[in-house]
Amino acid sequence: MIGPFLIGLYVFVLASFVGFEIINKVPPTLHTPLMSGANAISGITILGAIAAATVAEPNVSTILAAVAILCATINVVGGFLVTDRMLAMFGKKK
Amino acid sequence: MSDNLRLSIVGAIYLVSAVLFILGLKRLTRVRTARAGNAMAAMSMLLAVVGTLIEIGSVDYRWIVGGLALGGAIGAFIAIRVPMTSMPEMVALLNGTGGAASALVALSVLWGAFIEPGAETTTAKLLTGPSAVTIGLSVFIGGITTTGSLIAWAKLQGKLKKGAPILLPGRHALNLLLVLGAIAAIVVFTAVVKGATPVAVVILVVLAIALVLGVTLTIPIGGADMPVVVSLLNSYSGIAAAMAGFVIGNNLLIIGGAAVGAAGIILTQLMCVAMNRSLVNVLVGGFGADAGSGGGGSSEYVGVTSSGAAEAAMILDVADSVMIVPGYGLAVAQAQHTVRELTKQLEARGKKVSYAIHPVAGRMPGHMNVLLAEADVPYEQLVELEHANPEMGNTDVAIVVGANDVVNPAALDDPTSPIYGMPIISVHEARTVFVIKRSLSPGYAGIKNPLFEAERTMMVFGDAKAILQEMSSELGEL
Repeated sequence: MIGPFLIGLYVFVLASFVGFEIINKVPPTLHTPLMSGANAISGITILGAIAAATVAEPNVSTILAAVAILCATINVVGGFLVTDRMLAMFGKKK
Repeated sequence: MSDNLRLSIVGAIYLVSAVLFILGLKRLTRVRTARAGNAMAAMSMLLAVVGTLIEIGSVDYRWIVGGLALGGAIGAFIAIRVPMTSMPEMVALLNGTGGAASALVALSVLWGAFIEPGAETTTAKLLTGPSAVTIGLSVFIGGITTTGSLIAWAKLQGKLKKGAPILLPGRHALNLLLVLGAIAAIVVFTAVVKGATPVAVVILVVLAIALVLGVTLTIPIGGADMPVVVSLLNSYSGIAAAMAGFVIGNNLLIIGGAAVGAAGIILTQLMCVAMNRSLVNVLVGGFGADAGSGGGGSSEYVGVTSSGAAEAAMILDVADSVMIVPGYGLAVAQAQHTVRELTKQLEARGKKVSYAIHPVAGRMPGHMNVLLAEADVPYEQLVELEHANPEMGNTDVAIVVGANDVVNPAALDDPTSPIYGMPIISVHEARTVFVIKRSLSPGYAGIKNPLFEAERTMMVFGDAKAILQEMSSELGEL
């Protein structure tokens, strides 16, 4: 019987390979947008934050989760928007 | 709706979301599809959040809505307001918020599942071993990412000793001690201490060590090595998210985090190759801190020719091909629009103009490309190092704007130079070279640049923006 941790480990290793494979050739022009876009994706941790902030009482776990939501949302919204701003510049010529 | 059905729907949503993340990331690596790829990843994130909202069912939404609204507003505000010249700082800061969020998620789970219920066992027993370890790792990696990014941000802003390396005595021993201390603390946290209070104390020790390590690992690294640091921190923020995925048992976090971690490592590797240095060499830091003494002969310049913008304009007037080599100085002077103006002038006179971009020019991967794109420089005019160098011998004029080490020929022919072996843009092969620079002060590596005293080189001293403007107007009058 494979436990959930081991499945997670499989997923982690395979996803890392996928990451290396799809990004192996990237033109220098896209270095910054790729970085900021990938950075926004790392804000996926927002899911964990939301799942942990489900009660009204302001106990320690909820407040930590609320701050986590705040940070992760800044990361996600800021990251995707700024990436779009940069890529819009790349697209507007000709 | 039954719980089973609901969770199946959530599972399906997460799967679609994971696929969209991967496809989005893939599209981000091609110029034509990049913008759509980014939008795809953003949609995928939205979908995932909706999935989580369905998963948690009916709960008290106050904290969630509050956090999303405030975070969304702050994120949107800074993303829209930030000038393109401050992009490295922006990316560094966002890395920090991602790392912090992952560490906070792990802490929140620990408090909610273990400390607040007043558990009396070890964390390994109550939360299962792997889950307990990943809480420790999440806090550790997230913590390092947080303070490391803040230091990188401060260095990029020039607030911290103008970005120069800060070398603590015995820093290698100190860092090693901190890492070993953190590993020991995670082991203790997982399997040794029992009960709420001791566990809380130990995880806070892990957090404290991580926060200190983020600082001590980043301060010895100098400003021009920031492209490596920023991409490495990007990778850390992904790994921290993947660890948080282990903590909460969500494969989507693991997939997204792992892919980002891989992307960050690839960029880090590219940057290191572009400087002909190993990652360890960059991370050890202190590069260029022993300025002057490190190889490359005396730091006095002899036989430097300098000229004014007017003279430069006259030479440009009779040139056929011009290659512009931008560096960090272009960003500092915010001269991207001015350089574009000069380019237009030159093109109007039938000259062939291109930009040679060194991979590590600036303070983050692709920094120059972003700046020049902001000024509407066509993508086709940007030439990569390996394509620029063969052209250089046929180039009439090379204009170096605020770059130094990336055009230092000592990297090619002086084995004693600290940058020996680093690929450079061979502007010294052009028929005439203008170097626009404030003074003869050394670049980041702290070494002399023989290019400045070469016979073909003319130094044009002053602020890049002012000089370029003057060149444009002088050229207009010819």
